[in-house]
Amino acid sequence: MQPLLTIDNLSKTYNSIYACDRISFDLYPGQVLGIIGESGSGKSTLLNAIAGHIPVDAGEIVYCDRSGQPINLRTLPEVHHRKLMKTEWGFVQQNPRDGLRMTVTAGANIGERLLDVGERHYGNIRSEAIEWLSQVEIPHSRMDDLPSTFSGGMQQRLQLARILVTQPRLVLMDEPTGGLDVSVQAKLLDLMRSLVRTLHLSVILVTHDIGVVRLLAHRLMVMQNGQVVETGLTDQVLDDPHHPYTQQLVSATLMP
Amino acid sequence: MLRAEGLYKSFVLHHQGGACIPVLEGVSLTVQAGECVALQGPSGSGKSTLMRSLYANYRIDRGSIWVNHQGDWVDLPQLPPHQMLEVRQHTVGYVSQFLRVIPRVPALEVAAEPLMDLGIAPEIAYDKIRLLFTQLNLPERLWQLSPTTFSGGEKQRVNIARAFSVNYPILLLDEPTSALDAANRDVVMQLIEARKAQGCAMVGIFHDDEVRERVCDRVLQF
Repeated sequence: MQPLLTIDNLSKTYNSIYACDRISFDLYPGQVLGIIGESGSGKSTLLNAIAGHIPVDAGEIVYCDRSGQPINLRTLPEVHHRKLMKTEWGFVQQNPRDGLRMTVTAGANIGERLLDVGERHYGNIRSEAIEWLSQVEIPHSRMDDLPSTFSGGMQQRLQLARILVTQPRLVLMDEPTGGLDVSVQAKLLDLMRSLVRTLHLSVILVTHDIGVVRLLAHRLMVMQNGQVVETGLTDQVLDDPHHPYTQQLVSATLMP
Repeated sequence: MLRAEGLYKSFVLHHQGGACIPVLEGVSLTVQAGECVALQGPSGSGKSTLMRSLYANYRIDRGSIWVNHQGDWVDLPQLPPHQMLEVRQHTVGYVSQFLRVIPRVPALEVAAEPLMDLGIAPEIAYDKIRLLFTQLNLPERLWQLSPTTFSGGEKQRVNIARAFSVNYPILLLDEPTSALDAANRDVVMQLIEARKAQGCAMVGIFHDDEVRERVCDRVLQF
Protein backbone atom coordinates (compact mmCIF):
# COMPACT_ATOMS: atom_id res chain seq x y z
CA MET A 1 0.00 0.00 0.00
CA GLN A 2 1.19 3.48 -0.92
CA PRO A 3 0.85 6.43 1.48
CA LEU A 4 -1.75 9.01 0.50
CA LEU A 5 0.21 11.83 2.04
CA THR A 6 3.86 12.10 2.98
CA ILE A 7 5.08 14.93 5.14
CA ASP A 8 8.85 15.21 5.28
CA ASN A 9 10.71 17.54 7.65
CA LEU A 10 8.11 20.25 7.49
CA SER A 11 9.13 23.41 9.35
CA LYS A 12 7.46 26.73 9.98
CA THR A 13 8.83 29.57 12.08
CA TYR A 14 7.25 32.75 13.36
CA ASN A 15 9.88 35.36 14.29
CA SER A 16 12.55 32.66 14.61
CA ILE A 17 10.33 30.60 16.95
CA TYR A 18 9.54 27.15 15.59
CA ALA A 19 5.77 26.59 15.34
CA CYS A 20 6.48 23.32 13.52
CA ASP A 21 9.90 21.82 13.84
CA ARG A 22 10.86 19.18 11.27
CA ILE A 23 7.59 17.25 11.28
CA SER A 24 7.49 13.99 9.29
CA PHE A 25 4.80 11.34 8.89
CA ASP A 26 3.01 9.14 6.35
CA LEU A 27 -0.77 8.90 6.13
CA TYR A 28 -2.30 5.80 4.54
CA PRO A 29 -5.71 5.52 2.82
CA GLY A 30 -8.59 4.99 5.23
CA GLN A 31 -6.58 6.11 8.23
CA VAL A 32 -7.53 8.69 10.81
CA LEU A 33 -4.50 10.43 12.29
CA GLY A 34 -5.14 12.41 15.47
CA ILE A 35 -2.87 15.26 16.49
CA ILE A 36 -3.12 16.34 20.10
CA GLY A 37 -1.30 18.96 22.13
CA GLU A 38 -2.11 22.06 24.15
CA SER A 39 -2.76 25.50 22.66
CA GLY A 40 0.40 26.84 21.09
CA SER A 41 1.88 23.40 20.50
CA GLY A 42 1.82 23.97 16.74
CA LYS A 43 -0.91 21.48 15.85
CA SER A 44 -3.18 23.96 14.08
CA THR A 45 -0.23 25.58 12.34
CA LEU A 46 0.77 22.17 11.05
CA LEU A 47 -2.73 21.50 9.73
CA ASN A 48 -2.92 24.87 8.01
CA ALA A 49 0.54 24.42 6.54
CA ILE A 50 -0.44 21.05 5.09
CA ALA A 51 -3.59 22.61 3.62
CA GLY A 52 -1.54 25.39 2.05
CA HIS A 53 -3.27 28.11 4.05
CA ILE A 54 0.06 29.38 5.29
CA PRO A 55 3.49 29.19 3.61
CA VAL A 56 6.09 26.85 5.10
CA ASP A 57 9.81 27.47 5.46
CA ALA A 58 11.16 24.03 4.68
CA GLY A 59 10.17 20.44 4.03
CA GLU A 60 8.08 18.48 1.57
CA ILE A 61 4.37 17.73 1.27
CA VAL A 62 3.72 14.99 -1.25
CA TYR A 63 0.16 13.89 -2.04
CA CYS A 64 -0.76 10.89 -4.15
CA ASP A 65 -3.77 11.91 -6.27
CA ARG A 66 -6.75 9.92 -7.52
CA SER A 67 -4.82 8.75 -10.57
CA GLY A 68 -1.97 7.49 -8.37
CA GLN A 69 0.36 10.33 -9.33
CA PRO A 70 2.57 11.75 -6.56
CA ILE A 71 2.27 15.55 -6.43
CA ASN A 72 4.66 17.86 -4.65
CA LEU A 73 2.29 20.40 -3.14
CA ARG A 74 4.97 22.97 -2.42
CA THR A 75 5.83 23.35 -6.09
CA LEU A 76 2.32 22.86 -7.45
CA PRO A 77 1.05 25.98 -9.29
CA GLU A 78 -1.54 27.90 -7.28
CA VAL A 79 -4.40 27.23 -9.70
CA HIS A 80 -3.84 23.46 -9.60
CA HIS A 81 -3.48 23.56 -5.85
CA ARG A 82 -6.81 25.31 -5.48
CA LYS A 83 -8.51 22.80 -7.75
CA LEU A 84 -7.06 19.89 -5.77
CA MET A 85 -8.32 21.40 -2.52
CA LYS A 86 -11.83 21.57 -3.95
CA THR A 87 -11.92 18.14 -5.55
CA GLU A 88 -9.79 15.78 -3.49
CA TRP A 89 -9.39 17.54 -0.14
CA GLY A 90 -11.73 19.01 2.42
CA PHE A 91 -11.06 21.26 5.40
CA VAL A 92 -13.41 21.33 8.39
CA GLN A 93 -12.99 24.53 10.37
CA GLN A 94 -13.38 24.67 14.13
CA ASN A 95 -15.86 27.51 13.71
CA PRO A 96 -18.47 26.54 11.12
CA ARG A 97 -18.81 30.24 10.23
CA ASP A 98 -15.33 30.04 8.70
CA GLY A 99 -16.21 27.01 6.62
CA LEU A 100 -19.73 27.95 5.54
CA ARG A 101 -21.20 30.84 3.63
CA MET A 102 -23.65 32.21 6.15
CA THR A 103 -25.59 34.41 3.71
CA VAL A 104 -26.73 31.62 1.39
CA THR A 105 -29.02 28.66 2.12
CA ALA A 106 -27.90 25.25 3.35
CA GLY A 107 -28.64 23.78 -0.07
CA ALA A 108 -26.61 26.48 -1.82
CA ASN A 109 -23.69 25.85 0.53
CA ILE A 110 -23.52 22.31 -0.75
CA GLY A 111 -24.32 23.23 -4.35
CA GLU A 112 -21.55 25.80 -4.45
CA ARG A 113 -18.81 23.18 -4.14
CA LEU A 114 -20.40 21.26 -7.00
CA LEU A 115 -20.55 24.39 -9.17
CA ASP A 116 -16.87 24.91 -8.38
CA VAL A 117 -16.01 21.54 -9.85
CA GLY A 118 -18.05 22.15 -12.97
CA GLU A 119 -21.50 20.70 -12.29
CA ARG A 120 -24.06 22.85 -14.12
CA HIS A 121 -27.30 20.88 -14.03
CA TYR A 122 -29.58 22.50 -11.42
CA GLY A 123 -31.62 19.34 -10.84
CA ASN A 124 -28.50 17.25 -10.19
CA ILE A 125 -27.14 19.83 -7.80
CA ARG A 126 -30.38 19.94 -5.86
CA SER A 127 -30.71 16.16 -5.62
CA GLU A 128 -27.07 15.83 -4.54
CA ALA A 129 -27.67 18.48 -1.88
CA ILE A 130 -30.69 16.57 -0.57
CA GLU A 131 -28.71 13.33 -0.54
CA TRP A 132 -25.87 14.87 1.47
CA LEU A 133 -28.14 16.64 3.92
CA SER A 134 -29.69 13.29 4.74
CA GLN A 135 -26.25 11.65 5.03
CA VAL A 136 -25.38 14.17 7.75
CA GLU A 137 -28.86 13.82 9.28
CA ILE A 138 -30.22 17.28 8.47
CA PRO A 139 -33.93 17.15 7.48
CA HIS A 140 -34.70 18.10 3.84
CA SER A 141 -37.14 20.69 5.14
CA ARG A 142 -34.14 22.79 6.26
CA MET A 143 -32.57 22.86 2.80
CA ASP A 144 -33.69 26.39 1.96
CA ASP A 145 -32.88 27.86 5.38
CA LEU A 146 -29.83 29.95 6.14
CA PRO A 147 -27.13 28.22 8.20
CA SER A 148 -27.40 31.04 10.73
CA THR A 149 -30.74 29.54 11.79
CA PHE A 150 -29.04 26.19 12.54
CA SER A 151 -27.70 24.99 15.88
CA GLY A 152 -23.93 24.66 16.30
CA GLY A 153 -24.04 20.90 15.81
CA MET A 154 -26.13 21.23 12.65
CA GLN A 155 -23.81 23.88 11.26
CA GLN A 156 -20.89 21.57 11.84
CA ARG A 157 -22.70 18.73 10.04
CA LEU A 158 -23.58 21.07 7.18
CA GLN A 159 -19.89 21.91 6.90
CA LEU A 160 -19.19 18.19 6.56
CA ALA A 161 -21.85 17.80 3.86
CA ARG A 162 -20.45 20.78 1.95
CA ILE A 163 -17.06 19.11 1.84
CA LEU A 164 -18.16 15.54 1.26
CA VAL A 165 -20.31 16.36 -1.76
CA THR A 166 -17.24 16.46 -4.00
CA GLN A 167 -16.15 13.10 -2.56
CA PRO A 168 -12.77 14.11 -1.17
CA ARG A 169 -10.15 11.51 -0.31
CA LEU A 170 -8.50 13.49 2.45
CA VAL A 171 -10.25 15.59 5.07
CA LEU A 172 -8.42 17.88 7.48
CA MET A 173 -10.30 18.80 10.65
CA ASP A 174 -9.41 21.50 13.14
CA GLU A 175 -11.18 20.87 16.48
CA PRO A 176 -14.42 19.80 14.74
CA THR A 177 -16.20 19.07 18.02
CA GLY A 178 -14.81 22.15 19.77
CA GLY A 179 -17.80 24.28 20.65
CA LEU A 180 -20.38 21.48 20.84
CA ASP A 181 -22.00 20.08 23.94
CA VAL A 182 -21.40 16.47 24.81
CA SER A 183 -24.53 14.84 23.33
CA VAL A 184 -24.10 16.71 20.05
CA GLN A 185 -20.42 15.70 20.02
CA ALA A 186 -21.39 12.05 20.25
CA LYS A 187 -23.68 12.38 17.25
CA LEU A 188 -20.97 14.06 15.18
CA LEU A 189 -18.37 11.49 16.24
CA ASP A 190 -20.65 8.63 15.27
CA LEU A 191 -21.34 10.27 11.92
CA MET A 192 -17.66 10.91 11.22
CA ARG A 193 -16.75 7.37 12.11
CA SER A 194 -19.29 5.80 9.77
CA LEU A 195 -18.37 8.22 6.96
CA VAL A 196 -14.70 7.32 7.31
CA ARG A 197 -15.61 3.68 6.82
CA THR A 198 -18.22 3.96 4.07
CA LEU A 199 -16.39 6.60 2.01
CA HIS A 200 -12.92 5.23 2.81
CA LEU A 201 -11.79 8.70 3.88
CA SER A 202 -8.40 9.56 5.27
CA VAL A 203 -8.49 12.17 7.99
CA ILE A 204 -6.08 14.36 9.89
CA LEU A 205 -7.84 15.44 13.05
CA VAL A 206 -6.46 18.17 15.29
CA THR A 207 -7.99 18.33 18.75
CA HIS A 208 -7.16 18.75 22.41
CA ASP A 209 -9.87 16.28 23.36
CA ILE A 210 -8.40 12.90 24.25
CA GLY A 211 -11.86 11.29 24.29
CA VAL A 212 -12.39 12.27 20.66
CA VAL A 213 -9.12 10.77 19.42
CA ARG A 214 -9.69 7.63 21.48
CA LEU A 215 -12.91 6.97 19.62
CA LEU A 216 -11.97 8.21 16.18
CA ALA A 217 -8.25 8.07 15.47
CA HIS A 218 -6.26 5.00 14.46
CA ARG A 219 -2.96 6.75 15.09
CA LEU A 220 -1.85 9.58 17.28
CA MET A 221 0.82 12.26 17.21
CA VAL A 222 1.48 14.30 20.34
CA MET A 223 2.91 17.79 19.84
CA GLN A 224 4.60 20.13 22.26
CA ASN A 225 6.44 23.36 21.45
CA GLY A 226 6.30 22.72 17.72
CA GLN A 227 7.76 19.23 17.95
CA VAL A 228 6.28 15.77 17.74
CA VAL A 229 7.17 14.27 21.11
CA GLU A 230 5.40 10.91 20.72
CA THR A 231 3.64 8.87 18.04
CA GLY A 232 1.99 5.47 17.86
CA LEU A 233 -1.32 3.70 17.52
CA THR A 234 -3.89 5.67 19.52
CA ASP A 235 -4.31 3.00 22.19
CA GLN A 236 -0.52 2.65 22.54
CA VAL A 237 0.01 6.34 23.18
CA LEU A 238 -2.94 6.65 25.58
CA ASP A 239 -2.50 3.36 27.49
CA ASP A 240 1.29 3.31 27.55
CA PRO A 241 2.45 6.94 27.23
CA HIS A 242 6.23 7.30 27.21
CA HIS A 243 6.95 11.01 27.00
CA PRO A 244 6.61 13.10 30.19
CA TYR A 245 4.21 15.50 28.43
CA THR A 246 1.97 12.67 27.19
CA GLN A 247 1.95 11.10 30.64
CA GLN A 248 0.86 14.41 32.09
CA LEU A 249 -1.84 14.83 29.43
CA VAL A 250 -3.24 11.33 29.95
CA SER A 251 -3.13 11.44 33.75
CA ALA A 252 -4.97 14.78 33.72
CA THR A 253 -7.89 13.22 31.81
CA LEU A 254 -10.69 11.65 33.81
CA MET A 255 -11.47 8.75 31.43
CA PRO A 256 -8.60 8.72 28.93
CA MET B 1 1.01 -19.21 15.39
CA LEU B 2 2.55 -16.95 18.03
CA ARG B 3 6.12 -16.86 19.31
CA ALA B 4 7.19 -14.25 21.85
CA GLU B 5 10.89 -14.20 22.64
CA GLY B 6 12.76 -12.48 25.46
CA LEU B 7 10.22 -9.76 26.21
CA TYR B 8 11.27 -6.91 28.44
CA LYS B 9 8.88 -4.19 29.50
CA SER B 10 9.27 -1.51 32.12
CA PHE B 11 7.31 1.62 32.92
CA VAL B 12 9.02 4.95 33.58
CA LEU B 13 6.86 7.34 35.58
CA HIS B 14 8.20 10.79 34.74
CA HIS B 15 5.95 12.60 37.16
CA GLN B 16 6.71 10.35 40.09
CA GLY B 17 10.41 11.03 40.37
CA GLY B 18 11.22 9.14 37.20
CA ALA B 19 10.55 5.83 38.96
CA CYS B 20 11.25 2.84 36.71
CA ILE B 21 9.14 -0.25 37.27
CA PRO B 22 10.40 -3.36 35.47
CA VAL B 23 7.48 -5.72 34.80
CA LEU B 24 8.54 -8.22 32.16
CA GLU B 25 12.11 -9.46 32.33
CA GLY B 26 12.85 -11.91 29.56
CA VAL B 27 9.46 -13.60 29.14
CA SER B 28 9.09 -16.07 26.27
CA LEU B 29 5.99 -17.89 25.08
CA THR B 30 5.09 -20.06 22.09
CA VAL B 31 1.50 -20.93 21.23
CA GLN B 32 0.60 -23.53 18.61
CA ALA B 33 -2.57 -23.56 16.55
CA GLY B 34 -5.45 -25.05 18.54
CA GLU B 35 -3.72 -24.51 21.85
CA CYS B 36 -4.83 -22.33 24.78
CA VAL B 37 -2.22 -21.06 27.26
CA ALA B 38 -3.27 -19.56 30.59
CA LEU B 39 -1.26 -16.79 32.22
CA GLN B 40 -1.34 -17.34 35.94
CA GLY B 41 0.08 -15.51 38.93
CA PRO B 42 -0.76 -12.94 41.61
CA SER B 43 -1.97 -9.45 40.68
CA GLY B 44 0.84 -7.16 39.70
CA SER B 45 2.97 -10.03 38.41
CA GLY B 46 2.73 -8.91 34.78
CA LYS B 47 0.04 -11.12 33.24
CA SER B 48 -1.93 -8.19 31.85
CA THR B 49 1.24 -6.43 30.74
CA LEU B 50 2.20 -9.50 28.70
CA MET B 51 -1.29 -9.75 27.19
CA ARG B 52 -1.30 -6.10 26.21
CA SER B 53 2.21 -6.42 24.80
CA LEU B 54 1.15 -9.37 22.65
CA TYR B 55 -1.52 -7.10 21.14
CA ALA B 56 1.06 -4.29 20.72
CA ASN B 57 -1.08 -2.17 23.01
CA TYR B 58 1.94 -1.81 25.31
CA ARG B 59 5.23 -1.12 23.55
CA ILE B 60 7.92 -3.52 24.71
CA ASP B 61 11.50 -2.36 25.42
CA ARG B 62 13.17 -5.43 24.00
CA GLY B 63 12.30 -8.80 22.42
CA SER B 64 10.21 -9.98 19.50
CA ILE B 65 6.63 -11.05 19.04
CA TRP B 66 6.44 -13.24 15.94
CA VAL B 67 2.95 -13.61 14.58
CA ASN B 68 1.88 -15.74 11.64
CA HIS B 69 -0.02 -13.16 9.62
CA GLN B 70 -1.60 -14.59 6.45
CA GLY B 71 1.21 -17.09 6.02
CA ASP B 72 4.10 -14.72 6.74
CA TRP B 73 5.92 -14.43 10.05
CA VAL B 74 5.99 -10.80 11.16
CA ASP B 75 7.57 -9.24 14.24
CA LEU B 76 4.58 -7.25 15.48
CA PRO B 77 6.33 -4.49 17.48
CA GLN B 78 8.62 -3.74 14.52
CA LEU B 79 5.84 -3.17 12.00
CA PRO B 80 4.90 0.30 10.75
CA PRO B 81 1.54 1.47 12.16
CA HIS B 82 -0.60 0.66 9.11
CA GLN B 83 0.64 -2.94 9.03
CA MET B 84 0.17 -3.29 12.78
CA LEU B 85 -3.46 -2.26 12.28
CA GLU B 86 -3.78 -4.81 9.50
CA VAL B 87 -2.51 -7.61 11.76
CA ARG B 88 -5.09 -6.59 14.36
CA GLN B 89 -7.84 -6.54 11.73
CA HIS B 90 -7.14 -9.96 10.31
CA THR B 91 -5.02 -12.03 12.65
CA VAL B 92 -5.02 -11.09 16.33
CA GLY B 93 -8.27 -10.55 18.24
CA TYR B 94 -8.54 -9.25 21.78
CA VAL B 95 -11.30 -9.56 24.35
CA SER B 96 -10.69 -6.59 26.58
CA GLN B 97 -12.12 -6.01 30.05
CA PHE B 98 -13.27 -2.59 28.92
CA LEU B 99 -15.74 -1.51 26.30
CA ARG B 100 -15.19 1.98 24.95
CA VAL B 101 -17.94 3.21 22.66
CA ILE B 102 -19.43 6.35 21.18
CA PRO B 103 -22.46 6.98 23.41
CA ARG B 104 -25.33 6.66 20.93
CA VAL B 105 -24.14 3.70 18.83
CA PRO B 106 -26.30 0.56 19.36
CA ALA B 107 -24.78 -2.65 20.73
CA LEU B 108 -25.39 -4.46 17.44
CA GLU B 109 -23.30 -1.93 15.54
CA VAL B 110 -20.58 -1.83 18.19
CA ALA B 111 -20.16 -5.58 17.97
CA ALA B 112 -20.32 -5.65 14.15
CA GLU B 113 -17.54 -3.10 13.77
CA PRO B 114 -14.58 -5.50 13.35
CA LEU B 115 -16.49 -7.32 10.59
CA MET B 116 -17.40 -4.09 8.83
CA ASP B 117 -13.78 -2.91 9.08
CA LEU B 118 -12.94 -6.00 7.04
CA GLY B 119 -15.32 -4.74 4.36
CA ILE B 120 -18.18 -7.13 5.13
CA ALA B 121 -21.63 -5.77 4.25
CA PRO B 122 -23.54 -4.43 7.29
CA GLU B 123 -26.50 -6.85 6.97
CA ILE B 124 -24.24 -9.90 6.85
CA ALA B 125 -22.25 -8.57 9.79
CA TYR B 126 -25.42 -7.86 11.81
CA ASP B 127 -26.76 -11.36 11.13
CA LYS B 128 -23.58 -12.88 12.47
CA ILE B 129 -23.75 -10.70 15.58
CA ARG B 130 -27.46 -11.48 16.14
CA LEU B 131 -26.51 -15.15 16.18
CA LEU B 132 -23.72 -14.57 18.71
CA PHE B 133 -25.91 -12.32 20.90
CA THR B 134 -28.59 -15.03 20.93
CA GLN B 135 -26.03 -17.67 21.81
CA LEU B 136 -24.72 -15.44 24.61
CA ASN B 137 -28.27 -14.85 25.94
CA LEU B 138 -28.04 -11.09 25.51
CA PRO B 139 -31.71 -9.97 25.67
CA GLU B 140 -32.95 -8.81 22.28
CA ARG B 141 -34.36 -5.56 23.71
CA LEU B 142 -30.77 -4.45 24.35
CA TRP B 143 -29.49 -4.93 20.81
CA GLN B 144 -30.56 -1.52 19.55
CA LEU B 145 -29.42 0.30 22.70
CA SER B 146 -26.05 1.84 23.39
CA PRO B 147 -23.96 -0.38 25.69
CA THR B 148 -22.95 2.66 27.78
CA THR B 149 -25.75 1.85 30.25
CA PHE B 150 -25.28 -1.94 30.20
CA SER B 151 -24.28 -3.96 33.25
CA GLY B 152 -20.76 -5.38 33.47
CA GLY B 153 -21.91 -8.81 32.29
CA GLU B 154 -23.85 -7.37 29.36
CA LYS B 155 -20.89 -5.25 28.25
CA GLN B 156 -18.64 -8.26 28.54
CA ARG B 157 -20.88 -10.25 26.21
CA VAL B 158 -20.83 -7.43 23.65
CA ASN B 159 -17.04 -7.56 23.81
CA ILE B 160 -17.02 -11.33 23.37
CA ALA B 161 -19.37 -11.14 20.37
CA ARG B 162 -17.08 -8.47 18.86
CA ALA B 163 -13.99 -10.63 19.18
CA PHE B 164 -15.59 -13.96 18.24
CA SER B 165 -17.37 -12.61 15.15
CA VAL B 166 -14.14 -12.64 13.14
CA ASN B 167 -12.24 -15.92 12.70
CA TYR B 168 -8.98 -14.61 14.11
CA PRO B 169 -6.20 -17.23 14.01
CA ILE B 170 -4.97 -15.79 17.34
CA LEU B 171 -7.19 -14.68 20.22
CA LEU B 172 -6.14 -12.95 23.43
CA LEU B 173 -8.65 -13.22 26.27
CA ASP B 174 -8.36 -10.89 29.24
CA GLU B 175 -10.67 -12.37 31.89
CA PRO B 176 -13.47 -13.08 29.42
CA THR B 177 -15.86 -14.54 32.01
CA SER B 178 -15.19 -12.36 35.06
CA ALA B 179 -18.65 -10.71 35.08
CA LEU B 180 -20.74 -13.65 33.85
CA ASP B 181 -23.13 -16.02 35.63
CA ALA B 182 -22.65 -19.80 35.43
CA ALA B 183 -24.87 -20.34 32.39
CA ASN B 184 -23.20 -17.64 30.29
CA ARG B 185 -19.78 -18.70 31.49
CA ASP B 186 -20.58 -22.09 30.07
CA VAL B 187 -21.56 -20.56 26.72
CA VAL B 188 -18.25 -18.69 26.55
CA MET B 189 -16.33 -21.86 27.36
CA GLN B 190 -18.13 -23.61 24.51
CA LEU B 191 -17.22 -20.77 22.16
CA ILE B 192 -13.59 -21.00 23.21
CA GLU B 193 -13.53 -24.78 22.76
CA ALA B 194 -15.13 -24.54 19.33
CA ARG B 195 -12.60 -21.95 18.23
CA LYS B 196 -9.72 -24.06 19.53
CA ALA B 197 -11.03 -27.03 17.58
CA GLN B 198 -10.83 -24.85 14.45
CA GLY B 199 -7.14 -24.23 15.16
CA CYS B 200 -7.21 -20.85 16.87
CA ALA B 201 -4.19 -20.16 19.10
CA MET B 202 -5.25 -18.58 22.39
CA VAL B 203 -3.68 -16.86 25.36
CA GLY B 204 -5.86 -16.00 28.32
CA ILE B 205 -6.07 -14.71 31.85
CA PHE B 206 -8.76 -16.61 33.74
CA HIS B 207 -9.37 -15.99 37.42
CA ASP B 208 -11.98 -18.72 37.46
CA ASP B 209 -10.21 -22.06 38.15
CA GLU B 210 -13.00 -24.09 36.57
CA VAL B 211 -12.80 -22.16 33.30
CA ARG B 212 -9.02 -22.35 33.20
CA GLU B 213 -8.93 -26.07 33.85
CA ARG B 214 -11.53 -26.78 31.23
CA VAL B 215 -10.25 -24.69 28.30
CA CYS B 216 -6.49 -24.35 28.84
CA ASP B 217 -3.85 -26.85 27.75
CA ARG B 218 -1.05 -25.44 29.86
CA VAL B 219 -0.14 -22.62 32.21
CA LEU B 220 2.56 -19.96 32.05
CA GLN B 221 3.30 -19.19 35.68
CA PHE B 222 4.28 -15.66 36.72
